[in-house]
Amino acid sequence: MNRLLPIILALVTLVLIILAWFQSGGVERRELQSASAPDKAVQLMFSQIKSHNYDAAYARLANRDDVDKTAFTREFEGSYGSLLTYASLESFDVSPLHTGDQESSVRVRLHYSTALGPLDDVRDLKVQKMGDAWKVFWPVNNGTKLPPQVIAVNYLRWDVIGRGAGDDWGVQNADTPQVRILSMNAIQRPDSVVLVGEVVNEDSVPAFVNVGATLLDAQGNEFAQESSFDKIAHKLLPKQVTPYRIDFPGMRMEKIKNVRMDVKALLVAASADPVIEVNQQKLETDPLGKKVLTGELTDEGGQVVDIPHVIAAYYDANGKVIWVSDGYVAQPLLPQVPVPFAVDLPPDIAKNVHSYHVVVNHYDRVAS
Amino acid sequence: MRSLITTFLVFSTAISVMASEIHAPAQITAGKAITLQTSGSGDATFYLIGPAVASKSKVQAGGDIPIDSDRLEHAGRYVAILCASDGCTATNFFVSPAAANRLSFLVHPSRIPVGTSQGISAVAIVRDNFQNLVLKPEPVTFSIMAKDEKPVSAARNSENAFAWVRLTSARKEGPTKLGASIGHADEVRVVQQVAADACNLRIKASRDKHGFLIETDPVHDCSGNPVPDGTVVSFTESDSAGKTTVDVPIKRGVAKVDMPIDGRATITVASGVVTGNALEVSGGQ
Repeated sequence: MNRLLPIILALVTLVLIILAWFQSGGVERRELQSASAPDKAVQLMFSQIKSHNYDAAYARLANRDDVDKTAFTREFEGSYGSLLTYASLESFDVSPLHTGDQESSVRVRLHYSTALGPLDDVRDLKVQKMGDAWKVFWPVNNGTKLPPQVIAVNYLRWDVIGRGAGDDWGVQNADTPQVRILSMNAIQRPDSVVLVGEVVNEDSVPAFVNVGATLLDAQGNEFAQESSFDKIAHKLLPKQVTPYRIDFPGMRMEKIKNVRMDVKALLVAASADPVIEVNQQKLETDPLGKKVLTGELTDEGGQVVDIPHVIAAYYDANGKVIWVSDGYVAQPLLPQVPVPFAVDLPPDIAKNVHSYHVVVNHYDRVAS
Repeated sequence: MRSLITTFLVFSTAISVMASEIHAPAQITAGKAITLQTSGSGDATFYLIGPAVASKSKVQAGGDIPIDSDRLEHAGRYVAILCASDGCTATNFFVSPAAANRLSFLVHPSRIPVGTSQGISAVAIVRDNFQNLVLKPEPVTFSIMAKDEKPVSAARNSENAFAWVRLTSARKEGPTKLGASIGHADEVRVVQQVAADACNLRIKASRDKHGFLIETDPVHDCSGNPVPDGTVVSFTESDSAGKTTVDVPIKRGVAKVDMPIDGRATITVASGVVTGNALEVSGGQ
């Protein structure tokens, strides 16, 4: 009996080690080590990135001389508090685009799990045959970086002093801002009912805005309630307009007799900085065949924007809001450096889009 | 003789059954001490129950019961109960508010666009020194002290402790003081009158080293007041490469933005729901 227990423990440990090896993709890696196809090379590299083995992944690059290892690592680990610093590569799909004897191209779809939900990234990579092995040609990021300098920023900032606890009843407080729903449009989607529209801050002070909606049935009873959550730019400067979208999953339009909209506004401290320019906006079809609105974001100020959030409203020929889509940008916005973005929209809606309006929300570690 | 004895017995029994009594003054004002008169004799317990008081004390029936002013600060109905060995007796009395000497002054909103008809509401709630609502009509004097202008005042009688006025905001932006006074109370609130929506929003373009500098004329409302700095102006540029939008806050009265433009482009401007002119520009390499 004294000998049996150590043997059992040793066997259990061995089984657990084998299970862990299988679980962590050991078999796959073993197979890929010896793989000689271009897609296998890409698969191996991203398998190593997924397990944070950046040294091994970097060793798979064909153009190591041109690619800085730290910059390569930062593409997956993130920087400046960007969304990727709160994310991990959950999975990826590799598919060959073109296969040649010496050079091939491979498409990889990366699926990140982030603090703000799933994030997808698509990259088309060139793969070169070097000796017996295929190596990945990593695109060199020659993005310009602003040289060290001081940028004077003198945009307005609003601070709020509210009524104190010791003040007598009836002492005047600073009123909450006046905001107004400009439009609301209810749309039946295959799996949900979606309310889209726009809100304006009509006041001369900043507002923190949230839009809620309550659905009423034919008897006037409330049966569903949702809010715009992050499908809105919450902080609105004076006279700023934001789109909003409220989703009711699994809902059918026939059940709804009435909708009660509710916009709540709070007076908050805010800064007019940073100003973010949205350039080269275009509706186009991406490599996966999806309709997307693409463009570039440029931070006009001197402050790094950690997590940019793009919200786009789409209008039909009559100026009616017919859809609102949003997307987080994985990279931070460095001062004056353009960063591309793309937000998708359903193809059946894309054909009716006449114009669009993009607003950029942002989340920073240091609150502005 | 027999009937005389019977009458005497009934009378004396009636006196003993009437026992103690308690009487309150006819007029009682909040914050003023009073004395309750009692009849009867012997040790008794006195209870006082009011809107914000409930007390119990030992007294002598037949004597006066003093009630301090601090126990009568709240206007309303009070019940005084005297319990002696022969039973309990009670009386109700009402304490009226003291003279109007305090105001709660509610002014709404704290910010208003210029020229808003009947947009400002000022409500004065009349109280005495002990925060009791003074329900009888009292004259409240409202005054408006606009910047660089003579104060204007008007009196309004309160109804059930409330007096109010509605005012139209001025044509000129800036803070306005609103006052209300009664007795020793004089309350002042400030309403910030701000520029209304932008009017005749116009942009102009000039070439600079980055492309074009698009700039608004000084942004004013329809009364000529400058729209406050920080108000967002949206510029939209459309050309063959796509569309560029940028939301720029007004700074020192104007909003401006640099836009790289290649080829022919149309630039439009808007602030909130107000749109401005459109510019056709032609840029080149």
